[in-house]
Amino acid sequence: MTDGARNESGGLRRVRIDPVTRVEGHGRVTLLLDENNRVAQARLHIVEFRGFEKFIQGRPCEEVPILVQRLCGICPVSHLLAASKVLDQLAGVERLTPAAQKQRRLLHLGQVLQSHALHFFYLAAPDLLFGFDSEAQRRNIIGMLERNRDIALQGIRIRKYGQEVIRIICGKRIHGTGPLPGGMNKPLTGADRDHLLADIEQVVRWCQEGLALVRGIYLGNKEYQTRFAVFPSNFLSLVRPDGALELYDGRLRARDAEGQTVFDQVECRDYQRHLREEVRSWSYMKFPFLRALGSGNGWYRVGPLARINNCDSITTPLAEQARREFVQHGAGRPVHASLACHWARMIEALHCAEAIRELLDDPELLGRDLLVEGETSRREAVGVIEAPRGTLFHHYRIDGEGLVAKANLIVSTTSNNQAMNEAIRRVAAEYLDGRTLTEGLLNHIEVAIRAYDPCLSCATHALGRMPLRVELYDAGGELLNTLVKNGK
Amino acid sequence: MNGPTFTIDGRSVPFTEGQSIIQAAREAGIYIPHLCYHPEFRPHGSCRLCVVEAGGRSVPACSTPAVAGQQVRNRTERLDRMRRTLVELLFVEGNHFCPACPKSGNCKLQAVGYWLRMLDTPFPYLFPRRELDASHHDVLLDRDRCIFCELCVRASREVDRKNLFAIGGKGTRCRLLVNSPDGRLGSSGLSLGDRALQVCPTGALLPRKGAFHVPVGRRLYDGRSIAESDE
Ligand code: SF4
Repeated sequence: MTDGARNESGGLRRVRIDPVTRVEGHGRVTLLLDENNRVAQARLHIVEFRGFEKFIQGRPCEEVPILVQRLCGICPVSHLLAASKVLDQLAGVERLTPAAQKQRRLLHLGQVLQSHALHFFYLAAPDLLFGFDSEAQRRNIIGMLERNRDIALQGIRIRKYGQEVIRIICGKRIHGTGPLPGGMNKPLTGADRDHLLADIEQVVRWCQEGLALVRGIYLGNKEYQTRFAVFPSNFLSLVRPDGALELYDGRLRARDAEGQTVFDQVECRDYQRHLREEVRSWSYMKFPFLRALGSGNGWYRVGPLARINNCDSITTPLAEQARREFVQHGAGRPVHASLACHWARMIEALHCAEAIRELLDDPELLGRDLLVEGETSRREAVGVIEAPRGTLFHHYRIDGEGLVAKANLIVSTTSNNQAMNEAIRRVAAEYLDGRTLTEGLLNHIEVAIRAYDPCLSCATHALGRMPLRVELYDAGGELLNTLVKNGK
Repeated sequence: MNGPTFTIDGRSVPFTEGQSIIQAAREAGIYIPHLCYHPEFRPHGSCRLCVVEAGGRSVPACSTPAVAGQQVRNRTERLDRMRRTLVELLFVEGNHFCPACPKSGNCKLQAVGYWLRMLDTPFPYLFPRRELDASHHDVLLDRDRCIFCELCVRASREVDRKNLFAIGGKGTRCRLLVNSPDGRLGSSGLSLGDRALQVCPTGALLPRKGAFHVPVGRRLYDGRSIAESDE
């Protein structure tokens, strides 16, 4: 497909964008130069999700949560839970039983924990520990195991623990079942709880150590960290009614680059009043933005950085302590550095571990009253959750026969789309030397993308090495240079 | 034991006169794979999965009477390979998306695929376009998952006495027809207790409430193969 219809950015011209022919498994980036050979625009081309929205149209709604969890192999539980929240409402259930609610919360915490551990220890830490310019072959979990055995093993074990939480509740570590419209499908037993309790103290400690590690790396090279892919943006996340960090439920809050409130305590079902999605001719993906700020300035970031920047507190003590240190670093403003995502992510991992510990101590978790029958069913509902990578929206309308008539999903990677483009643009502007792409530039682009932990299938297939294809176009739209790097 | 016997893969199997090979095998606890066969109904002989070697020929075990002294071969590499091919063909002929199907873990087609160690299919998917029927309040008819075993047809006719189903069309146009004024399930008079609904081996005819209620681990074929839990 050739985008010849619009000339969106002044002197920039036609760019051939063809998601169909893109190199299989590679993230694809195009860099566009302006007349003065400065990087004017960067575009990361991402597998788009509207295919799934179409795919579920006409399907019976009761199958949708299980169907949509196939969207992702890393955080399927997020889709399962967001869709299940919709199904609860369609069934006329506004409130689950305490046991069901707590099981879901536990499930979600396990999910975020394992996803964050995967990202930090498997994908990000090798870069951070070995340096971005180190031998590519070593920058992966295997290299970690050889050189930083303890840290790598901790990562593997934290991840395993999160997966164990999922397995206990869903029957499988990946793509199981559990949530039903109005509740959950099986009670947890004392043995299940004890099994998870056995390792939780250790997991909390490992998370503390992981957090200390990333914080140390960040602050140890502050100059670099605060220059690399730093750019102001708005932030969106769920928060609790008191403004505290919330991953499973809550209401929407958006803040601007200065930390000023754009909106707060917005009910999830009203999201379309405050968010809009724009279609751009060069991408199949949508670009959401905060309506109040318009499409030009309203783009925002989601995910750990957004959540830690946005919340006023964290309910668990160790993570709250860590949040305060993070806030101090921001000195009154939100922290905008892309690499601070890693720090924020580990604060959340610690919060998850602490919150899991609290839940395991809660006798209501083992309750056997798990299903609520709805009264008046509805035809349309919205389910929002903070997935590991950020706010995730599922919005369905069903017809009179319970088949999906319309679906709208905003996945976190879509929300972060513009932010990733911006991060790449900053990095490219700084590291592009003339008109030729270098391996070093590719590495830096990779690191910038990775900070946002995008849901690219390629981001995880390659043991931490992201297969990437970067194309450089001049202001005349001519392809100057292509550099491809494979995963292994 | 003085009644007549025959052997299946060398094992002696007693039978009574008039019993089919599969009936005798079931009583002896020997599993012969099948999809269109059900002990309650007359054999149909269409799925060909139960084909065994007897008397130098390949015969369907569901409709071939047991013969005293005969040596039947059931688990041979050749037969299992043929069965696997048949199941692979069933998978490409319909639209079977197991991951999101509420019948997953309780589905005979899936279980037989596992039992035959089917991992993939070399055949191109046909992606037939078949109409989903959600007009019934309690029951979904997802024609994508139908394998034309006609169990529902037989059950509705012989047990429920409603005669609600038939198979119509040929090749990729083959589909389950509903015998109702508008051809849809909602007006058919099918009810949740109907045997036709219960015998469907796949998720083609499925109660709408209760999807995913049985947790993973407690489904029919969790932790045991279809050979161990065959009804
Ligand atoms: S609906 Fe079920 S029982 Fe009926 S023919 Fe199809 S697969 Fe067989």
